[in-house]
Amino acid sequence: MSSATSQGASSGRPALQRAHADVFAALGDETRLQLVGRLCEGEPLSISDLSRGSRLTRQAVTKHLRVLEKVRLVRGTRRGRKMLFRLAPRPIEDARKYLGHVSLVWDRTLARLKTLVESAERDNPQNPK
Amino acid sequence: MNTNRIEKRIELKAPISRVWRAITNHIEFGQWFQVKLEGPFVPGGVARGQLTYPGYEHYKWEAVIQKMEPETYFSFTWHPYAIDSTADYSKEPPTLVEFRLEGIEGGTLLVLTESGFERIPAGRRPEAFRMNDRGWTEQMKNVERHVTGSQ
Repeated sequence: MSSATSQGASSGRPALQRAHADVFAALGDETRLQLVGRLCEGEPLSISDLSRGSRLTRQAVTKHLRVLEKVRLVRGTRRGRKMLFRLAPRPIEDARKYLGHVSLVWDRTLARLKTLVESAERDNPQNPK
Repeated sequence: MNTNRIEKRIELKAPISRVWRAITNHIEFGQWFQVKLEGPFVPGGVARGQLTYPGYEHYKWEAVIQKMEPETYFSFTWHPYAIDSTADYSKEPPTLVEFRLEGIEGGTLLVLTESGFERIPAGRRPEAFRMNDRGWTEQMKNVERHVTGSQ
């Protein structure tokens, strides 16, 4: 058994962390982050659009899109003979919210550290400033 | 956009030696981190304890102490979401928590980072979460009862 959590963290960090782990994994790649960046511009793009102007082959783009689709960061829809890809904003939003939450937990935890070291300082005049 | 890493910078009005003690002495660490630890931090060693956060006292806390460079750098790894006591998290990649200290005028600059969120394996839906969720729901109800004066 090996268990760990921080305090305040217990309020939902475990859940969120697990729920969004796949999104973090998918975004933990420079190329995929680039593709997400392109799709962030808003227009649905085809595989050719995405490989154009980049060093990526169509095969590489397809492979990375598949990863992004799997975690539902990206959605493909068929238009005529080609697939167009767009961002599915929800998982990104969730991941952002999750990190926001972790961040907030650290803020609270560090605020307690600040209180501890600064009050001890006032209470003990022997400590050099 | 960095979705895999947290960084916090905080200025503390206390000498670096004081801050170092607060983050590396296991008793002091426990005071602000809200965990009761069994023993001192030793690099390479496992630190174990019990949460002291109200309502979560039955949760264990565990971390592996990585490095302790006096008054400069302290780090540990942990599985911050791993509170299912029946599960074995030991094979899963942990996140890395780092504290960097730097003397500044009037005190200490503390830079905290937590990284490695991208390595966390997908698809684990924990029993622990449901427990937590119930815990909070229950607490919210207590508050509501308290403020509305019902029951």
